[in-house]
Amino acid sequence: MSKTHYLKTPLFETDISEINAGDVVYISGTIYTARDEAHLRILEYDEESKSLPFDLEGAAIYHCGPVMEKKEDGWKAVAAGPTTSDRMTKMTPAVLKNHGIRVLIGKGGMEGLAETMSRQKCIYLSYTGGCAALAVDMIQKVNGVAWEDLGMPEAVWELQVEKFGPLIAGIDTKGNDLFKDVKEKAIASFQKQFK
Amino acid sequence: MDVKIKNLTFEAVSDAVAEILKISETTLPKDTLAAINRAAAKESDTIAKAQLEAILKNIEIAGEKSVPICQDTGIFIFFVEIGRDLHLNFDLEGAIRNGCAKATETVPLRPNVVDPLTRHNTKNNLGDGLPEMNYAFVPGNSLKITVAPKGAGSENMSALKMFTPTEIPKIKEFIVKTVLDAGGKPCPPVILGIGIGGSFNQSAKLAKVALLEKLRDPDAEKDPTAENDSDIYDEFEKEILDAVNDLGIGCMGLGGDTTALSVRVKKASCHTASLPVAVNVQCWANRHATAEYNGGGN
Repeated sequence: MSKTHYLKTPLFETDISEINAGDVVYISGTIYTARDEAHLRILEYDEESKSLPFDLEGAAIYHCGPVMEKKEDGWKAVAAGPTTSDRMTKMTPAVLKNHGIRVLIGKGGMEGLAETMSRQKCIYLSYTGGCAALAVDMIQKVNGVAWEDLGMPEAVWELQVEKFGPLIAGIDTKGNDLFKDVKEKAIASFQKQFK
Repeated sequence: MDVKIKNLTFEAVSDAVAEILKISETTLPKDTLAAINRAAAKESDTIAKAQLEAILKNIEIAGEKSVPICQDTGIFIFFVEIGRDLHLNFDLEGAIRNGCAKATETVPLRPNVVDPLTRHNTKNNLGDGLPEMNYAFVPGNSLKITVAPKGAGSENMSALKMFTPTEIPKIKEFIVKTVLDAGGKPCPPVILGIGIGGSFNQSAKLAKVALLEKLRDPDAEKDPTAENDSDIYDEFEKEILDAVNDLGIGCMGLGGDTTALSVRVKKASCHTASLPVAVNVQCWANRHATAEYNGGGN
């Protein structure tokens, strides 16, 4: 039976250790958007031992390239659903090793990361792909933006959220991966159909 | 038709293009919405059902607030039908490009267009060869402009294979394998546009055009919109849909009954030694809208 959890940033190992793949999670506090180019740049900074313009200790990363609108009193999120997480899979083990990130939010899963996530004490939460208008309803404020030179989708946006979800725990810290289980069943169906 | 082009001027066409872009980005065509509703109603998996309900809620909010359904507002694919008797004394493509830049600013839409290697963003959704333009000449004196914004999540999962003529039995396996490999990445439930035949590039275009066709109700016995398709193509669509849904990938790859909402196949004749097959994967946000100028005749 799946449980429902409410998280608040900054996150600690103990906050996420009881969450199982398949559980429902809501998150409040600060989340940072980061996708392809931001991941590359984080690793470049790490390589050069430069400090990042945002704090990833106990942080939640959101795989998202939002539509933002500049208003007189600052930025406003217009549409902010998740992007395909798997594009970040190759860069994620190094990013997690260098920073105390506890939660990744995205869509579609991250293949082969369950072991890394278990080792680094981080969980993967799935948000419904395409639900950009719904997501905006849960973003209270855009606190700021870093690396704007990467372009609107690729920049790192700091979002203040309230009960952001429902998110489905896709990968937990115990080595379980919901997407892997679904994929294995799909492969079995495929093999039955075509062999 | 979603928007009427009042007169044939640069400004009127540009305004109409900005308007159909807004409509396509903030609402979904009725047939797609109906298909998602059908999938949600019959879903037996709790997680999948909640995901589908979130999608329906999201569509409702986007419509009410006139904001994009998805933050990936895509690259813009245009299909333009030009009446043979029409006299255009202005830059039609320029007007369409102008409408794209305008909608990007006013809706607003995400600037998605970058140089392929430098990744430099043009910031207005215009670039070399983008928006994509597809022109066709038709009888009469009307002008019809359809836009289909295409997000990268699903487009990236698309595939094309040049089969040999003796490999016809392998086509279905290739299509189902494409969906299997994509898993949750293209935002299922997906719609599959399949192009069979033609040349290498023609098959890809057929697959994209297939996505504009009305979605078939998988429970309907026969495709109600089929006009020129012979029964083998009709049957083929149904067969692929069943095979894909048997995978159980479900909404967002979290498992469930509906992996694909619809499969549409379009064909063209091909070389006797060739058999191109293209699969264009479309996420549930099957966005498109049309503007039309009717010259009064025909």
